[in-house]
Amino acid sequence: MIEWANTIVQGILTGGLYAMFAAGLAIIFGVMRLVNITHGDLIVLAAFIAMVVIETTGFNPFLSLIIVLPIMFVIGYMLQRGILNYTLGDDLLPPLLVTFGLSIVIQNVLLEVFSADSQRLKAGAIETSSIQLVDGLSIGIFPLITLVTAIAMIVGLQQLFNLTRLGRAFRATSDDATTAQLMGINHKHIFGLAMGLALGLVAIAGVLMAVRSNFDPSIGPTKLLYAFEAVIIGGLGSLWGTLVGGIILGVAQNIGAKIDPGWQILAGHIAFLIVLVFKPNGLFPRTRDD
Amino acid sequence: MSVLEIENMTAFYSDFQALFGVSLNIKKGETVAAIGANGAGKSTFLRSITGLVKNNADTFLYNGETLTGKVASDIVGLGIAMVPEGRKLFPSLSVEENLIIGAYQQRPGNWTLDRVYQMFPKLEQRKDIAGTALSGGEQQMVAIGRALMSNPDMLLCDELSLGLAPIIIKDIYSALPSIKAEGVSLLVVEQDINQALEIADRIYCFQEGRISLTGKPEDLTKDQIATAYFGR
Repeated sequence: MIEWANTIVQGILTGGLYAMFAAGLAIIFGVMRLVNITHGDLIVLAAFIAMVVIETTGFNPFLSLIIVLPIMFVIGYMLQRGILNYTLGDDLLPPLLVTFGLSIVIQNVLLEVFSADSQRLKAGAIETSSIQLVDGLSIGIFPLITLVTAIAMIVGLQQLFNLTRLGRAFRATSDDATTAQLMGINHKHIFGLAMGLALGLVAIAGVLMAVRSNFDPSIGPTKLLYAFEAVIIGGLGSLWGTLVGGIILGVAQNIGAKIDPGWQILAGHIAFLIVLVFKPNGLFPRTRDD
Repeated sequence: MSVLEIENMTAFYSDFQALFGVSLNIKKGETVAAIGANGAGKSTFLRSITGLVKNNADTFLYNGETLTGKVASDIVGLGIAMVPEGRKLFPSLSVEENLIIGAYQQRPGNWTLDRVYQMFPKLEQRKDIAGTALSGGEQQMVAIGRALMSNPDMLLCDELSLGLAPIIIKDIYSALPSIKAEGVSLLVVEQDINQALEIADRIYCFQEGRISLTGKPEDLTKDQIATAYFGR
């Protein structure tokens, strides 16, 4: 019994990381209606940037974020203003193709610069320390930090979207970019800020992922898949849904691994398919009146 | 002196030409109505002024400043606001948020949330519900209030009466004089000729993308207007 409780608790903690992968993707889709195939590679890119920052400055991974986060924000803004804004329109295919191409470009550039070697960021004792709740059930401090960060991220985003001028502009532009321009909102700038914000979240997710597990230039698509599944399980447009989606995915994977180690990934995909069959719009789809 | 001066404006949707050399001017505080049948080019003309439709013109000046090549968000900052056809409220924003987003550029002026609520008291009672959950007339009030929140010098109104009951239309149009009293110039696109003639200092009649008639309502005969409107 305690073993199963442990499996579920560890799954919830893993879900925090998946929710973090997914939050950026949810913003990009929510504001721009853009399906960002390159999302996973951007997570890996953030991890590599953090690696360079750490090697150069000697910062620990958490501190490296004060440099990595603004860099990713700027990359996001420029990517959106310089390339992706030109792909947006009624047709969903151009952004899909362009971000697919970008994904290949980023993977190959990372491969060229950093080689295919597996890397990991070291955060010291915090990586292995844990709190024992009861006999046979303990919580890793680092996974707990990841989950708490994911929750804080979603609370922060919710506040940003609901209570601030920028948040209203995000929502208005997402509803109707043409009418938003009549409010004096420069939708191209807003899209740039949304992508910058999403990549800021990607920076945090990338660094936490890189402390938790090995990474190399080829793992982006897997991270993208987890992010997609978390977003779709949660329901497009719902930030809290994204957290729930990430947790469901994490718990399913851990239960799968408990039954048979080879089932870990498959169990996550099966959970995703089950949700799709019974709730095609996800568990908490955003309702729209238009 | 004209606040808005347009000479020979043309506009296209891809290869389709929607405006053919339209010229129009509006003086400060004046109310001008653009009338015409469906597809005559009135809405395209308003959307061209706001920068939403690409256009060319020999002269396109607002307060002496050229609007040619300016994007819609910059034009709002210069003091031109629009109440779009079909209201176009933002579904994910509440009534109050829909109003507040109108002040996004934070232009200084007299229009505040309180003043909009004074003008349309019903909106304050329903400020927390989704804008799109309101009745058509109330949505139109939000759309007008939202445009006023940008503290415009010129307000463009596209088909205020569209889809509304006559009594509601009367309510909506009764708000225009107090807006005009603030020195705001109005350019009102309207299919309802009687409504347009009632409020306008001057009218422009559109027909197939061209101006077919212009003048003061009192100087124009019904036959002249009918010919200009229907092309008979």
